[in-house]
Amino acid sequence: MIDISALTAAEIRGGIAERRFSAREVAEAALDRIDALEGRVRAFTQVTPELALEAAARIDKAAAEGASLPPLAGVPVAFKDNLNLIGTRTTCSSKMLENYESMFDSTAASRLIEAGGLPVGKCNMDEFAFGSSTENSAFGPTHNPWDLERVPGGSSGGSAAAVAAGMATIALGSDTGGSIRQPAALTGTVGLKPTYGRVSRYGAVAFASSLDQVGPFARTVGECALALNAISGKDPRDATSVARPAEDFTAVLAEGVAGLRVGLVTNLLETEGCQEAVRESVRAAAETFAVLGADVGEVELPNALHGVAAIHVIGPAEASSNLARFDGVRYGHRAQGAEDMMDLYLRSRAEGFGSETMRRIMLGTYVLSAEQYDEYYVQALKVRTLIKRDFTAAFERFDVLLTPTSSTVAFKMGERADDPLAMYLSDIYTIPVNLAGNCAVSVPSGFDDELSLPIGLQIVGGHFAEATVLRAAAAFEAAAGLDLVPPLAR
Amino acid sequence: MAISLKEVREIAVIARLRLTDEEVTSFTDDLNSILAHADTIRELDLADVPPAEHPLDVVNATRADEVRPGLSREAALANAPQAAEGAFVIPRIVGGGDES
Repeated sequence: MIDISALTAAEIRGGIAERRFSAREVAEAALDRIDALEGRVRAFTQVTPELALEAAARIDKAAAEGASLPPLAGVPVAFKDNLNLIGTRTTCSSKMLENYESMFDSTAASRLIEAGGLPVGKCNMDEFAFGSSTENSAFGPTHNPWDLERVPGGSSGGSAAAVAAGMATIALGSDTGGSIRQPAALTGTVGLKPTYGRVSRYGAVAFASSLDQVGPFARTVGECALALNAISGKDPRDATSVARPAEDFTAVLAEGVAGLRVGLVTNLLETEGCQEAVRESVRAAAETFAVLGADVGEVELPNALHGVAAIHVIGPAEASSNLARFDGVRYGHRAQGAEDMMDLYLRSRAEGFGSETMRRIMLGTYVLSAEQYDEYYVQALKVRTLIKRDFTAAFERFDVLLTPTSSTVAFKMGERADDPLAMYLSDIYTIPVNLAGNCAVSVPSGFDDELSLPIGLQIVGGHFAEATVLRAAAAFEAAAGLDLVPPLAR
Repeated sequence: MAISLKEVREIAVIARLRLTDEEVTSFTDDLNSILAHADTIRELDLADVPPAEHPLDVVNATRADEVRPGLSREAALANAPQAAEGAFVIPRIVGGGDES
């Protein structure tokens, strides 16, 4: 019996290539592990054994024929449930889309499968990606494998928990204000938010189109790099995806950080509400970079703290427009016995959407109204300019910037559920990166001594600087040498 | 208070959401709390700062206007809550009166 949680993506591919085990055995091991742990973690909205075994059969056929195997051959992969994939429902963890069958493939999911991934399931999320805890799912919350009483973060909490518990080797999530990086930090996994335009958004259900980006979770930086190799690149179906020369993001991972200019963002480290253990871990990380030969200095992003206010105007504004498509006519939930079209719209939407989704739609509708447009929406877009300028100035002096990913370790379920603003502040360090369109990775940097919960370090790079960010993360990961298997998965 | 109960009711209609009285009350409180936070940026003097609609400096993305296969009618209707004769079924929007 294979223990897939002990194997990296490269080891799985190698084992299949050398005929030590088959892709089918890998798929079965992943599905068995899901059977054993899913009842406690609840990372998935659906498990897809047929799709995993079908993909495994293709890999085993290629291996039997002696064909060269794709880079992620036989690797168990999972997808946030806002990524369309034929043969699955795409629910966005909403009652609105409970029965929605995917009619086409999202580019990111299909590219990961073309690269050899075995799709084991779709992952739970905050409804329509609105949230930072995966508590706002119409199908119930996901539990953190490090402590089942705590949240895994969100909104891609199911993807993070699936990887942390070893139920998938790579999972895709989406990140609009921190929805990959914050759950990665809270579950001791590596999560990458690529540069806006690096990965196609085609087939990813839209939340805020100028901020959304699809990206990977894995247990190691190297596996995130492999996943990015597979999913990145221009897609004619997404006009905002950017054509770039092909890059192998794994190529420079071992090159180290000697001479790399690393900036510790001091004003973000000093913010109120940041847990002392998190601060200490990030300062210690900066020292580690110095020991590794990096040129470490300090920098400030003076406007970054306005990011939360700006994104909670821009995000809902874009979301209220994107979610106007749910009309109870073409797909999604429909109210019964409607008297007329207006009644159909009003009741279908109120019945289908959860309360956080309605709150964001209401807020977005308000800030886009003629009276408030300049006051809130345009003002937020101007703040976005200021934050972009802050990063541009910082990247003149530094190659990468260090901040905490999240101000706290995983919090208890229910702790922030009744206070939307407290929940929004969860993403204070990750939000500015989305507003500026930069890339950033969260990599585990240590543990909270008292609770033994993982802490995440955010390493931020400029536009299309993923190779540098991943190289820095790989060097740090190797130096830190943390044991990141949660108690549940031991 | 930036936003009143009456305004919340009006926005709900624009947003096509039928809210209960309890939801109107709780959303009014929530929106006021969130907007109070957003007021921190409203107070900034940004008269000379241009708004950024997009994270990257983008140019127009165009493509040749060629006919390509799209979603089939069957697939487009597959998720419809109600469909008949190759069309989406909706409540009557024209006529009515004696005919209904």
